[in-house]
Amino acid sequence: MSYLVIIICGIIYLLLLFGIAYFAEYKLKHNINVVNSPWVYALSMSVYCTAWTYYGSVGRVGTQGMEFLGVYIGPTIACTFFYPVVRKILRICKSQRINSIADFIATRYGKNVSLGIIVTLFCVVGLIPYISLQLKAITSSFNVLSGNKGVESNLLYFYKDITFYITLILICFIILFGTRSVDASEKHSGLVASIAVESIVKLIAFVAAGLFVTYGLFNGLGDIFEKAAQQPALKDLFVFGNNGTFSGWTATMLLSMFAAILLPRQFQVSVVENVQEQHLKKAIWLFPVYLLIINIFVVPIALAGMLTPALGGVDADSYVLALPLHYGHNLLGLFIFIGGFSAAISMIIVETIALSTMVSNHLFLPLLFSSPGTSGTERSLFKSIINSRRGSITILLLLSYVYEKTIAQHASLVSIGLVSFSAVAQFAPALLGGLYWKAGTRKGAVASIVVGFCIWFYTLVLPTFLNSGSPAESNIMLHGLFGCELLRPYALLGLDGMGPIAHSFFWSMFLNALTYIVVSANTKGNAQEIYQAELFVDIFRHTNNPEQSTIWKGTAYMKDIRSLLANFLGADRSQKLIVSYANRNKIPLESSFADARMVAFSERILSGVIGSASARLMVRSVTKEELISIDQVLNIVKESQQALEVNKELRKKSLELTKATEMLTAANEQLKQMDILKDEFLYTVTHELRTPLTSIRAMSEIVFDNQDMEEEMRNHYLSSIVNETERLSHLITQVLNLERYESGRQKLHTSVVNIDELIWDVVHALRPLSDEKGSELTFYSHDSMYLVLCDKDLIKQVLYNLISNAIKFVPEGRGLITIKVRVEYEELQVWIEDNGKGVPAEVKELIFDKFFQAKNQTIQKPEGSGLGLAISKKIIDMHNGRIWVESAPGLGSKFIFSLPYT
Amino acid sequence: MKKILVVDDDPYILMSLEFLMKKGGNNVMVARNGTEALDFINSTVPDLILLDIMMPDVDGYSICEYIKKTPKLKDIIVVFLSAKTKEADIQKGYDLGAALFISKPFSTRNLMKEVNSLLGTP
Repeated sequence: MSYLVIIICGIIYLLLLFGIAYFAEYKLKHNINVVNSPWVYALSMSVYCTAWTYYGSVGRVGTQGMEFLGVYIGPTIACTFFYPVVRKILRICKSQRINSIADFIATRYGKNVSLGIIVTLFCVVGLIPYISLQLKAITSSFNVLSGNKGVESNLLYFYKDITFYITLILICFIILFGTRSVDASEKHSGLVASIAVESIVKLIAFVAAGLFVTYGLFNGLGDIFEKAAQQPALKDLFVFGNNGTFSGWTATMLLSMFAAILLPRQFQVSVVENVQEQHLKKAIWLFPVYLLIINIFVVPIALAGMLTPALGGVDADSYVLALPLHYGHNLLGLFIFIGGFSAAISMIIVETIALSTMVSNHLFLPLLFSSPGTSGTERSLFKSIINSRRGSITILLLLSYVYEKTIAQHASLVSIGLVSFSAVAQFAPALLGGLYWKAGTRKGAVASIVVGFCIWFYTLVLPTFLNSGSPAESNIMLHGLFGCELLRPYALLGLDGMGPIAHSFFWSMFLNALTYIVVSANTKGNAQEIYQAELFVDIFRHTNNPEQSTIWKGTAYMKDIRSLLANFLGADRSQKLIVSYANRNKIPLESSFADARMVAFSERILSGVIGSASARLMVRSVTKEELISIDQVLNIVKESQQALEVNKELRKKSLELTKATEMLTAANEQLKQMDILKDEFLYTVTHELRTPLTSIRAMSEIVFDNQDMEEEMRNHYLSSIVNETERLSHLITQVLNLERYESGRQKLHTSVVNIDELIWDVVHALRPLSDEKGSELTFYSHDSMYLVLCDKDLIKQVLYNLISNAIKFVPEGRGLITIKVRVEYEELQVWIEDNGKGVPAEVKELIFDKFFQAKNQTIQKPEGSGLGLAISKKIIDMHNGRIWVESAPGLGSKFIFSLPYT
Repeated sequence: MKKILVVDDDPYILMSLEFLMKKGGNNVMVARNGTEALDFINSTVPDLILLDIMMPDVDGYSICEYIKKTPKLKDIIVVFLSAKTKEADIQKGYDLGAALFISKPFSTRNLMKEVNSLLGTP
């Protein structure tokens, strides 16, 4: 196929992508976000599948069998396990306006400038080879398609090289759609849309190739595997076992797990470009499905290539493309080329944007801002940020190009992808640790990343250069640095028998994590670090009101803050942001001093533009900050913890309050009830008082008005008046007593009392009354003495009430009243039995109510106040005793009261 | 001679009322509770009844209600004599058809006067 056709097709495809990107941005201007969908989000994540997947997987089957699958199983597992991790990262990045992995780590450890630089540098070093691999893939696929045996290219003749022009076009594309807004934390809708389309294209193209090979050239999957199985060399490749080693599989899977979030491009699409947090839920299964589909035909294509003798001289990496071409399907070949092209450029685009943001924000801008005289005009600052980002993009891509033309020509390419994975995996301890462990410090993070990187470099990168063959170099490989066997790059400390990747992974991660933990545990972070740690680890607690947990002490003038923001965002936009923020948080704008929250807000806004570390520098330049002491931060941290506890406490309190309210309502209800009862009681009392008063008045008037009354009659009336007066005063005393007991004003004057003595006293006092009625009153006294703690006078009153009641109710002339004392369990019981008419079962409880008798007596009205039993019950209650009646109608009744007895 | 029935569960009050009514020149009968009162009016119809309300067995209201519902009894003049003093209780007494409601304690002279005027005797 001619150069021209391919180039024209490539350019048309690129123009198509331009169109899609432009369309998406155009729609966004009209408030329609085409990338606001979980499907697009998942497709953009599939930028994970690069040309390395597209061409390289097939190649790897030829050498390592099924081990390539580890690279895709890893992210699949990661999707399940890392969901909470990614969600947390997403939340943090949104609230802190973080725009890259370097920014993330730097922000976590106190918005530290040097940490940002380190991470950025390592990312660049780790990923330039990976980008260059994509460029190489484009070139080689181009060569396969055009039928040219690729000329051993030379950097000096770059102007003849198609890859160079592709690189230039990509630079333009990325600059156009990647640096439209100065705010790097803003979404690149156009780019994401084009990435999603590219993901679809590469999937369809690869599946098309697979279908063609499987069903066009062979009779289905079974056919290919059958034929391959006949050749022992091929059979091993698709059987799990001999080829892959356990350590190799494990390392590959773990590495790709980390890579799925730590690679700058993955971080870019899955975190920075994320539109809505809930898209993640769908993406965690869509993304693995994508990986599954794109991998179905890898092994069949690889086997088919090897089963085709004509392709003997072709690199296994090119089978996907070479097979259709060999059978003369040029159009299909072109489509497959476009698919591979998509895979390569989507990776280049996203990776470059992510890296350029990091390079610009962490390398260039801090230099720019820390040099004196940066307070330029609005336009020039704007320009310098955009230009620094554009410059970074150009430099990165050119570096990749140069790398591809020079170093890559000599180094083996097979595992470049995994080498890059290993590089970014070095951020894992600092990042994951920083997410969940508040004690992780900046020094720990720096040390761990540096240590990890050195080991990575020594065990993975260095050997690729050393294997070129000079005796001095192979000496290091065979006998270690300085001839020390323990320092052999592929067998550190004598750890032999692992593949290079697994070996490097083991040592770098082990020492990396160890360093992080040990250094962190032995160092203390400064105030800013502790504050950030608190924010990150407890992000879900802080996101609701990040402003309230602002710590900042110092003075800043509103004017300075305004002009600072205006410099980066333009006067209009910054004014809008400030006013809306002020309104939202009720910050008065009239004051000439800036509110601490306003300062924090502007820093966050600037972070989105220039990264947190630079933003901090800028804000510091216009504010007079007081040093925040560690104590203050600790206080704030403690306060936020206390806030949580207070919150818990509050919830508990509110529950208690609800309960208390219920109790109050109940109590109120009871009070109302009691009020009614009190009224009733008073009414009954007055009624009870009125009755003797009535007879007293009537009889006195009769005696007074009838002076001529017979002597005997008059005496009868007068004595009746005296009786009634006595009844009246007795009633008054009883009412007052009861009232005193019920109000709790009556105090018990307890002493140790011999109960027998008390009973004897009462029996003696009541004997005449009993005799008068012809009743027999007996007290069965014991030999042993029962001593009980009680109020002597009150218990005497109870005895008096009960015994006199009994006397009242026994039948005239044949009454039997017996009194017994007994001890049961921990009670001293006094039994007063009579042979009266008994108490009906239904009123057994009621008889202890006040004035019960007044309402419920039968024919003959009894004497007494109707308060005796109520008073007795009250007195016994006060002693924590019990009083009750046992009775059967006609068989008399037993009144029993008990007192605690130990 | 008018027939008067006096009903009260307090023996002293009953005794006093009996004395007073007899002194007024009436034929006086006594009942110590509601049951006795009902037994009595079912055999002999009095012209006037002095009726207590709070009694252990049958209360005065019920007796009054019974009297006013029974055709041959409904002309009996009912006078309540009660320690109940609440407005509602007094109203209830009048609603049941009582001619008079006198609160205890009462003035004996006043009672005599009222009873005489109700009976139309001088």
